[in-house]
Amino acid sequence: MSTVSLAQFHQTFFDESHEGLDAMETALLALDGGGDKELVHGIFRAAHSIKGGAATFGFPDMAAFTHEAESLLDELRDGRRAVDAGIVEVLLRSVDCLRGMFARAQSGQPLADADSEALRHELAAMVGRTLAPAAAPARRSDDAATGWSIAFRPHRGMLAGGNDALRLLRELGELGELKAEAELDRLPGLAALDPSECHLGWRLELRGDVTRAAVQSVFDWVEDECDLTIEALPGAQVHHAPVVAEAAAAVPAPAAAAPKAAVREAAATESSVRVGIDKIDSLINLVGELVITQSMLDTFREDFDASRLEMLQQGLAQLARHTRTLQESVMGIRMLPIGSVFNRFPRMVRDLSQKLGKQVKLDLVGEQTELDKTVLEKIGDPLVHLVRNAIDHGLETPDRRRAAGKGDTGTLRLEASHRNGSIVVEISDDGAGLNREAIIAKALQRGLIASAEGLTDEAVADLIFQPGFSTAAVTTDLSGRGVGMDVVRRNVVDLGGSIQIRSVAGKGSVFTITLPLTLAIIDGLTALVGGEHYIVPLASIIETVQLRSEHLRTVTGGGELFHFRDGWLPVLRLQDAFACHGTRRPIEQGLVVVVEGDGSRLGLFVDELIGQQQAVVKSLEANYRRVSGISGATILADGSVALIVDVAGLSRQLSRRRAA
Amino acid sequence: MAKILAVDDSASMRGMVAFTLRGAGHDVSEAENGQLAVDAAKGARFDLVLADVNMPVMDGISMVRELRTMPEYKGVPILMLTTESHTDKKMEGKAAGATGWLVKPFDPEQLLATVKRVLG
Repeated sequence: MSTVSLAQFHQTFFDESHEGLDAMETALLALDGGGDKELVHGIFRAAHSIKGGAATFGFPDMAAFTHEAESLLDELRDGRRAVDAGIVEVLLRSVDCLRGMFARAQSGQPLADADSEALRHELAAMVGRTLAPAAAPARRSDDAATGWSIAFRPHRGMLAGGNDALRLLRELGELGELKAEAELDRLPGLAALDPSECHLGWRLELRGDVTRAAVQSVFDWVEDECDLTIEALPGAQVHHAPVVAEAAAAVPAPAAAAPKAAVREAAATESSVRVGIDKIDSLINLVGELVITQSMLDTFREDFDASRLEMLQQGLAQLARHTRTLQESVMGIRMLPIGSVFNRFPRMVRDLSQKLGKQVKLDLVGEQTELDKTVLEKIGDPLVHLVRNAIDHGLETPDRRRAAGKGDTGTLRLEASHRNGSIVVEISDDGAGLNREAIIAKALQRGLIASAEGLTDEAVADLIFQPGFSTAAVTTDLSGRGVGMDVVRRNVVDLGGSIQIRSVAGKGSVFTITLPLTLAIIDGLTALVGGEHYIVPLASIIETVQLRSEHLRTVTGGGELFHFRDGWLPVLRLQDAFACHGTRRPIEQGLVVVVEGDGSRLGLFVDELIGQQQAVVKSLEANYRRVSGISGATILADGSVALIVDVAGLSRQLSRRRAA
Repeated sequence: MAKILAVDDSASMRGMVAFTLRGAGHDVSEAENGQLAVDAAKGARFDLVLADVNMPVMDGISMVRELRTMPEYKGVPILMLTTESHTDKKMEGKAAGATGWLVKPFDPEQLLATVKRVLG
């Protein structure tokens, strides 16, 4: 069993510790606002688990650090010390420090650094300890003798605790030659005998070169459940060994764990998903159903005639249903609650608002809303940017809020919800709202617009998403990191989503991000262009129209426009865009798919529409290379490859070409 | 082979204990906290229970107390897995009815040696 490698548990330990640290942080922030005792218990438990895991899995520096934080928490837990802002502060810094240690552990670097050591000493000093060389722990004399006389009288209830007297005697027997004599004086009459109680005692003689500690350790667990005397046998040779520190009970035993760290395998930064057991169970059930359906269909191989056609059709329908459900369940495995992204905001809002002298109340709603893991990982940065903007630019200082007739404390609200098969995340604040005049002035100055005339409020709001736009008169160290709202919009659009803004001067702003449920599967319309299959994502399609040449207007530069509803839209011939083979069809012989991408509309001209289908998206970038105008590929039922049209990308290409 | 219940809120610790014991041929069930352990114990007869002390919902010490009220768990070995170096936690566990303890950090060999000690 010495081959059990502890490295295989590292990823689990990292994952659960990250969760533990998040929970600690959340609880510390709640504690800062005057929380209760249960919070302290939760924080202690998380720290305690990390310490135990770190010591077990070969991270002694982390165990030593956490031990100091835990000591401080222990005092809070016992009520020996009251919670104050300073303690919350130092514990929050400890959480950060541990996060750093985990990051270094995952990349195989040494865990402790100057900062972590300084903080460890600071924590130790708070509980009144100096980290001089570790004080020697409890000592125990460790005489050795060539024989021991042991009197062992278990208390009556010892057996109920699971300690079997016979087992103890056997264990002693392994140390040397054992002679046992039972004491029957406590044995009651048969009528009074309770077989679950211990009525015997033993006088034991153990011969062999055995230390007192070895004998004592056999009785470790029953010291309080028996009368025990251990004496050297008369005439036995006794040598008094030098007093030895008891190592086993020493606190986190960093030294003992050190060799494990040395042989630790290089930690791979693989990512993993923790999946609820109910999701797995439902998958297993579905696979079971699938197997039944398959074996049912299998009977048709041997025995089929027209009379069984209806059964075959039923079987196929069942297969389709199970496949569909299985697909949804498998997708469900990648779905994680958005709470894991929201979690970072309480801390961020606290730090930012303190820094800016603002009072902000943060409301998080819909944390259980589930998103695809990939979307979840990429939505964090845009959200951080929006939250930072809301606190920096949106919400006012208490003075200005009072002057505007509002309460001192501003409210920032993050809400996630499902809406029409999409995920909607709203970031709203009750701050000053967008300043129309300032935005227009800035846009004029930057040359983004020629004049403000006729600009609707939406059009003005949309200006802040233009590249290079910033309304802050003074660039603070919070925003102005070279990332603008244009990047936020690009990130969201890259995820197949969109972002809108609503703002009322003096009342606040609402940013609404709409995201697809998953990136792994899309509903699409299959189109034929020059004999090749292309898939247009259904989400971007507005409608499909057939045009006659009189609907078309050719503009200078070779572009074509067509009349759609109450305006003119550009036509993009996919055959030209993707340089497909075949003759160029006249507009009457094909169809125009009206799509919207990156905020603007255009018509895609295709030869034919085949039908609607679900496409499992394969990355073109990973398997081939990035191709402009194409977001991915999929494999069709007949095994051929179809490319998925990147509507937003095509739209950008087109507007660039038209601008040029 | 023995039927063993491993109780710990930490998935990595529980995983390590279960993996090690399964490797030694034991039949191991897992529970995330004391309450789930008590529920599991009602349906099955375990030969040994290994439990962490600090857990949410129901801690290890309350779990021991609870198990000892069940007639079928009188005398069944229950070991506490504890990082508490203070003797008071060990003694609190003992007073609740625990058989003994194993101090964290332990490695798979120490775990197997201790299990062997109680199962004979």
